[in-house]
Amino acid sequence: MSHGGFFEVPSDLQNTWWGLVSWQLQLTLVPVLCGLVIALPIALLCRRFGWIYPPVLGVATVFYAVPSLALFVFLIDWFGESDLTVEIPLTLYTLVVLVPAIVDGMRSVSAETRAAAEAMGFGTLRRYVQVELPIAVPAVFAGLRVATVSSVSLVSVGMLIGNEGALGNLLSDALNYHRPLLAWDAVISIAVIGVLLDALLVLARRLLTPWARKATAK
Amino acid sequence: MNIFGFAQQFFDAPGRWSGADGIPTRLLEHVQYSALALLIALVIALPVGLVTGHTGRGGNALAVLATAARALPSFGLLVLLTILMGLGLTPVMVPLVALAVPPILVTTYEAMRGVDPSLVDAARGMGLPWWRVLGQVELPVALPLILSGIRSGAIQIVSTATIAAYVSFGGLGRYIVDGLSQVDYAKVVGGAVLVAALALATLGFFWLLGRVLVSPGVRRSR
Repeated sequence: MSHGGFFEVPSDLQNTWWGLVSWQLQLTLVPVLCGLVIALPIALLCRRFGWIYPPVLGVATVFYAVPSLALFVFLIDWFGESDLTVEIPLTLYTLVVLVPAIVDGMRSVSAETRAAAEAMGFGTLRRYVQVELPIAVPAVFAGLRVATVSSVSLVSVGMLIGNEGALGNLLSDALNYHRPLLAWDAVISIAVIGVLLDALLVLARRLLTPWARKATAK
Repeated sequence: MNIFGFAQQFFDAPGRWSGADGIPTRLLEHVQYSALALLIALVIALPVGLVTGHTGRGGNALAVLATAARALPSFGLLVLLTILMGLGLTPVMVPLVALAVPPILVTTYEAMRGVDPSLVDAARGMGLPWWRVLGQVELPVALPLILSGIRSGAIQIVSTATIAAYVSFGGLGRYIVDGLSQVDYAKVVGGAVLVAALALATLGFFWLLGRVLVSPGVRRSR
């Protein structure tokens, strides 16, 4: 076997480079999507009942302070060394970024717009979903970008809990076999995936908010 | 046994509170790495953020730089630099600094941009030179937000300094990395609890710092 191809993964990892990449994407995107699905109702509740927002923000900040490795380790107790052990902490971190992003975005809707929706006979829930949420899309996407890019790079720490780090698993082999190329491979691949996902999110935001483009074109 | 049982077993172990592998030593090491990394990050990010925020130029470049720095995996960077440069402090510091620079830089820029322009105008109208406008008007008003950026950078450094143990350094990560390789679960849980506690203490420290540094007038108006 030749040592050295960039896309050549040592056999002890029992995976191909593409396999590691898709695993990395799964460990990143599952938490971000779950985080978004959980964050939306929480944000709507915070919007409806303003008093719960400060305590929610407080709990979120405390969660964010707990290191990823520590959370991974706590969860080994329940889920063993599995994908879930990595995905659950990442979902929590995503929530910490997304809930404030959605709430602040919805708060930025102007009073005139809100009054217009009310005058058209929109109920509270309908106003949140059909008026405030679409206007908050840029803020939500700003949050999604931070959450996604940080998740991509956090996944690699999963290597420490029994090779649950997708592309990060290349790092232990890089150290053990002293093969710098494997470390370059991990760092470059992860960074490129992060930048590409970020670019995709920017594109998605543009498609979802056609009015913003018209406004700047004027 | 559950987590609490493991944690108790760890903290009750003999010799845990003294010696080279005792909690006080490891805690001090962890605080030292974190403080040094935060200091370097501040020296880099704070002046750049203040000046770009004051002039209002370079915002897009900063955003691109921040995204790029965020995309770099800290753990990967640590291993790569260790292989390239050998064991040493630099491979540990570079990823930690890279972690804290984006939040400090972006928040400082945004905080300076968010200062009420009429305040700045008034200060200029009173004939203040630009450095006094920056230091005596914009900085105090932007301080709460700037501190929140430094706080999130500091917390990320404290959490991530754990990985220094993977390349033979000390700190609280020592317990986690050693515990994992010795299959000593109590040690792993104990280390994790200590790092989480230190991160929360950092949160408290910055809350206190905000109480002391932020001018009462600014605090009231928020």
